[in-house]
Amino acid sequence: MMASSYNAKEEDGHPSGASNHGGAGATKSRKPDNTAFKQQRLPAWQPILTAGTVLPAFFVIGLIFIPIGIGLYVTSNNIKEFEIDYTGVEISSPCYSCAKNFSSNNTTPCLCFVEFTLEQPFESNVFMYYGLSNFYQNHRRYVKSRDDRQLNGDLSALTEPSKECEPYRKSNGLPIAPCGAIANSLFNDTLELYHIDANGSRNIIPLVKKGIAWWTDKHVKFRNPGGNSNLSAVFHDTTKPENWRKPVYELDTSDPDNNGFINEDFIVWMRTAALPTFRKLYRIIQKKSSTTPTLPSGRYILNITYNYPVLSFDGRKRMILSTISWMGGKNPFLGIAYITVGSICFFLGVVLLIIHHKYDTRNNSSADIPN
Amino acid sequence: MLLFLLDLIRLLGGDERRVDSRTIYVGHRSGSTNEAINPPKFCDNRIVSSKYTVWNFLPKNLFEQFRRIANFYFLIIFLVQVIVDTPTSPVTSGLPLFFVITVTAIKQGYEDWLRHKADNEVNKYPVTVLEDGSRIRKESEKIKVGDVVEVDEDETFPCDLILLQSSRDDGTCYVTTASLDGESNHKTHYTVPDAERDLESLNATIECEQPQPDLYKFVGRMHIYTNNQEPAVRSLGPENLLLKGATLKNTQKICGVAVYTGMETKMALNYQGKSQKRSAVEKSINAFLLVYLCILVSKALVCTTLKYVWQSKPGQDEPWYNEKTDTEKNIPLVMLTDFLSFMVLFNFIIPVSMYVTVEMQKFLGSFFITWDKDFFDPEIQEGALVNTSDLNEELGQVEYVFTDKTGTLTQNNMEFIECCIDGFQYKYQDASSELDGFCVTDGPLNKLQQKAGREREELFLRALCLCHTVQMPSPPQEQRGFIASSPDEVALVKGAMRYGFTFLGLESKNMKILNRNNDVEMYELLHVLSFDPVRRRMSVIVRSRAGDTLLFCKGADSSIFPRVRQEEVERIRMHVERNATEGYRTLCVAYKHLSEEEYRQAEEGLKEARLALQDREEKLMAVYNQVETGMSLIGATAVEDRLQEEAAETMEALQGAGIKVWVLTGDKMETAKSTCYACRLFQRHTELLELTVRTLEDGGRRREERLHDLLIEYHKKAVQDAPSVKAANQDYGFIIDGATLSMVLNSSSESNSSRYKNLFLQICFNCTAVLCCRMAPLQKAQIVKMVKNSKGSPITLSIGDGANDVSMILEAHVGIGIKGKEGRQAVRNSDYAIPKLKHLKKLLLAHGHLYYVRIAHLVQYFFYKNLCFILPQFLYQFFCGYSQQPLYDAAYLTMYNICFTSMPILAYSLLEQHICLEVLLDNAILYREIAKNAMLRWGPFLYWTLLGVFHGLLFFFGVRYLFSNPALQDNGQVFGNWSYGTIVFTVLVFTVTLKLALDTRHWTWVNHFVIWGSLAFYVFFSFFWGGIIWPFLRQQRLYFVFANMLSSVSAWLVIILLILLSLLPEILLVVFRKPRGPRARQVELRETHTHLDSLSLSLTLCLSCSHFSLLFMFSMYSKCHDRLSIYFGLFCFLVPPKDSSFLLILPTIHVFPSEMKYICGM
Repeated sequence: MMASSYNAKEEDGHPSGASNHGGAGATKSRKPDNTAFKQQRLPAWQPILTAGTVLPAFFVIGLIFIPIGIGLYVTSNNIKEFEIDYTGVEISSPCYSCAKNFSSNNTTPCLCFVEFTLEQPFESNVFMYYGLSNFYQNHRRYVKSRDDRQLNGDLSALTEPSKECEPYRKSNGLPIAPCGAIANSLFNDTLELYHIDANGSRNIIPLVKKGIAWWTDKHVKFRNPGGNSNLSAVFHDTTKPENWRKPVYELDTSDPDNNGFINEDFIVWMRTAALPTFRKLYRIIQKKSSTTPTLPSGRYILNITYNYPVLSFDGRKRMILSTISWMGGKNPFLGIAYITVGSICFFLGVVLLIIHHKYDTRNNSSADIPN
Repeated sequence: MLLFLLDLIRLLGGDERRVDSRTIYVGHRSGSTNEAINPPKFCDNRIVSSKYTVWNFLPKNLFEQFRRIANFYFLIIFLVQVIVDTPTSPVTSGLPLFFVITVTAIKQGYEDWLRHKADNEVNKYPVTVLEDGSRIRKESEKIKVGDVVEVDEDETFPCDLILLQSSRDDGTCYVTTASLDGESNHKTHYTVPDAERDLESLNATIECEQPQPDLYKFVGRMHIYTNNQEPAVRSLGPENLLLKGATLKNTQKICGVAVYTGMETKMALNYQGKSQKRSAVEKSINAFLLVYLCILVSKALVCTTLKYVWQSKPGQDEPWYNEKTDTEKNIPLVMLTDFLSFMVLFNFIIPVSMYVTVEMQKFLGSFFITWDKDFFDPEIQEGALVNTSDLNEELGQVEYVFTDKTGTLTQNNMEFIECCIDGFQYKYQDASSELDGFCVTDGPLNKLQQKAGREREELFLRALCLCHTVQMPSPPQEQRGFIASSPDEVALVKGAMRYGFTFLGLESKNMKILNRNNDVEMYELLHVLSFDPVRRRMSVIVRSRAGDTLLFCKGADSSIFPRVRQEEVERIRMHVERNATEGYRTLCVAYKHLSEEEYRQAEEGLKEARLALQDREEKLMAVYNQVETGMSLIGATAVEDRLQEEAAETMEALQGAGIKVWVLTGDKMETAKSTCYACRLFQRHTELLELTVRTLEDGGRRREERLHDLLIEYHKKAVQDAPSVKAANQDYGFIIDGATLSMVLNSSSESNSSRYKNLFLQICFNCTAVLCCRMAPLQKAQIVKMVKNSKGSPITLSIGDGANDVSMILEAHVGIGIKGKEGRQAVRNSDYAIPKLKHLKKLLLAHGHLYYVRIAHLVQYFFYKNLCFILPQFLYQFFCGYSQQPLYDAAYLTMYNICFTSMPILAYSLLEQHICLEVLLDNAILYREIAKNAMLRWGPFLYWTLLGVFHGLLFFFGVRYLFSNPALQDNGQVFGNWSYGTIVFTVLVFTVTLKLALDTRHWTWVNHFVIWGSLAFYVFFSFFWGGIIWPFLRQQRLYFVFANMLSSVSAWLVIILLILLSLLPEILLVVFRKPRGPRARQVELRETHTHLDSLSLSLTLCLSCSHFSLLFMFSMYSKCHDRLSIYFGLFCFLVPPKDSSFLLILPTIHVFPSEMKYICGM
């Protein structure tokens, strides 16, 4: 009765819209929309992970991972890899004199020969890497010291390289092409491989220098200014990096598609390594025929033109020969990891099964009692 | 607050206006002719609620924003990046900061624009001003103090006016103050006597107090000058003052003189920002931030130190291939620069975006309260109202609820139940005739035992009809409705109507009554001695047709009984007390015959008091008290205030949720106690501990002593014996009244006071319910404050509907207003407003719980995801010669928090229902699980941090071992450092997103969309970002890196492995987490915790086993590759010894979460 009298008053005020307190939307109905979203009643999937649903998953993971792991491990073990350190730290080392007597002004290259024996033949394509240790290609000052615009063939950047290239930006007033610390420290040892056959004669093994850089780098990211022809004219107003023996347009005079900025050795070097110990692809030894192995077992000689100093920062240089599988180079880590994780999952699955079994029976019994 | 404001006004007033009053020349005409007008300067009538102008917006807003400590921190980081050569470009931190600042600025600018618009609407509103005899249309903002303003019906007053002239012939006008205090009843205001003449020739000055914010107080005096006579002096009170913002009703037009304008009007003075309330979650965030800041600084310190250790080896600092530039060689303070660079590199650990996300979550999340249709009340056609969104999560943390009684626990919907006349009880029995109660004319009084004399009956009923301030709506309506500020009065008038006396209305100071014989009786209303809470009574003085002057008084028993003849009291006291224990509100009615002489005295006294400028209230009170003596008691009334719907259920649910409910009421103890019983706050077996004036007076000793004894006794009972009591399941209820409370708080000796207070609090904390009755509004706030500041600083919530609850609503952590019948003040000052008490249950148990869980998870997740984001970058420093080389590309650094991982957590924090609403409502006990900030204490924080560390280590070292041979493609080509970072980042994005997916218990389409959408967006973006040679970039670092990564099987395998391995412990924990969901819940509630222990033990065991073997694998691997152990050693710098103990430490880290989860019941 009384409530209704209050109501009447409220409703009377409503049409005019004035009697209500001055909030916005006083006139329109304030009843909230009855939509699922606004009422927080959207249809929802409410997954409840229980031992029952997770247990099979554990077994499945275990069952999938262990074979993958074994596969990876076997694959990795089947990869042949040979590694030889030719830095020349010890006196017995053939490159000792080259390493010791190194000076940057040497005009005559220092040559040394390392002899080694492959115990097992390398069957498929063999990839030749050079490896450096304690070389901080991932140092911040080093990583940023490049001008990608210049490397992409931009003519303005060719003559006016980016500030990031300092202190390898200009030399004697001329812009350096390619500028920057990375380019300046291009790895310039030359490696040649000879097989010594049964009668003691040396046979040079052909090394393919194409296909060692990323395709996109070679064809898009790196470009010579003004096309690949007449490079010496384009680079006329520039100077070579200080540590280089020859200008960029003479990196590979034999092949115009591998010269200048699109030289693959150069491109590979320009992709800075992630860790201070790294390897970079140097050459590919292609399989000649299906019958003979690419590198038969036996004695080999590595012919090194020793140009690259690493002893000043306690670095090491290596030459690595490796075959490659579908997972890349030799790395037992993935195989071990997969086997371990797979085993853990399987083991946990078993443990869980036991626990679940106990838990379930107890659960049922306790739930039954009140009923 | 008001006091402070007043002080401020006084301070601002400065020297020139230090006077306590202002003088206003009506119509700008000088008072006496010989006095030159020296018009004092007052502010103009412009209302300025906006903060900014177009010109000062940018600097002022930026200044305001950078005053926030977080924004300032990010600004500093940004500036460091600009000034110092740092690893990441300033864009990475500048862009998010710019985004945040811009969004906030736009929001604040928009709000300010709205305020400008509202201001303009008010300021440009045309008004009519009478100036030199002509009516001039002006803009509202141009009104000056002293202008005579004309206002038409239904218009709002443009400033505070003194009513001079009304179109109604009785010199009154009606006003609603709905927009000021929400009271929609019509209030009567009076013209100044004698001023209602020709306004053009009116020559008067007004002297009144300086502006003050109290809406209901005004003191002034008007001097009216007539030709060369002594000026006539008229007193001015609040009844003469028309407030800006109020609306003129039922009156064609009025004229008034402006006394307060613009920012000095009472409305403007009342417009004040409420004090900022901060939630407990925010305090936790700040604490966590501090921890992360420490982590950040220590990381930077470690890196800086190690950098110099590393550089000291020859050839490391500057090898021939990597020379420094000249500028780098000459950097001053190299150490400091390095330190700052590291800070910048790791600064992402404290995310800008967390603030944005938290703000957005709060803002958007609060809509769910307003949208909730369960909060919609069809009676008042309104739903819940959210005044602040800062406190959403605090609703899930409430430990104490302070509730008002009238209008909150009860409906404030009064019904006349019975009355007692001269000791005889009259009860209205015929329920069927209730509908048309007023038309019962013969035999309406059902006599139960005996009847009082007919004369007394009629006197009593006349008293009910006359002694009130009820108004009739001016166009008489079909349905009889009354308008009154207090529903009690309506109930009484309606009660009288049922017994045959109908109040017909007030016409030019004459009250018309239709009596039982259908005759109209007329009474001249001489004076109304209005109600106030101190006197607790009101009176009217009327003159009947016969010329008798009568005073009718009604009020609380305690205020009436001392003022009537004692022999009459006993007969009625019994009834009053019985009614009170039944939960009715009782009022006693008395009358007095005033002789001509007495009346004259009273009138003079009243007049004098009303004219007083100083202490008018006190003087009036004295006169009232003097007049209201020697009355004779006629009878008493009992009015029922029914309980709110589901009040008992709500209270029970709150108590079940572990919330302690205190009832703070101004009502008397018996009534309040019965309400408490009705609400089941007190149960039958509850032992009541009373500490009231009555118990203190027992025993005849001094009150102080008695208080002391009782406190000690109760303390012993409720606190010291508590352990044994708990076993016996004995509940205690505590009752205290206002007078005793002030004795406890303001005890004579200082030492006693704090001791009593302590005892009192301890007793209260051990009681299931506490009832504080006879509380003044300020005492309510005092109690809230006392509990708020007690040990453990519990979270308090106040709920009330009336103006008397405002103080406690403002004081408590969370203030809830009920959109009740006592005006809107409570609602306006509250943080949340709901239509009914019953809505509190859903607000706390469902909304509060969910909000808390959501925001707690949001905060923890944010810290976690940024820790495992930055940790690999930190670890990378050990491998890049501490050169601050970032692991991730700048685009990834910037986008990680903005795009890749922000949306899923936002969606989660808006939509998650880890337990669905119904279950939360049905099982109040679930509320206890999150009590005391359970999800944001150091335990869970440690868990999340360790999880972040674990994930970070796993990401980094997993990829690091993969990169021990960087030839990862099947064509023998090698990957570089950006591939490394991209693989880590891919694992990171997928892991943190899937971790959230694992935590999501409530998958709506939105969750699916944002979680899978974010991942898809990441992949898409990476392709896109790496697919184009960007002309604006100096370095194309990521060119085809992502695509090349995906072409490598090994990269795929390691990504899958690492994601799975990181989530493995989580999945395990999810399995063994307490079952959730509607059905599982029931089982779980019955479950004992006994075998959970064995479960967690075995879980711990198998987890540690698994991680032991995992680490064994790592170490095996590092041993078989000799050179790798060097790096492993580097990593061991975190955990010093290299082998076995190191292997033992990590498993414990992983075991930790499992225990943590059980402890915290997450």
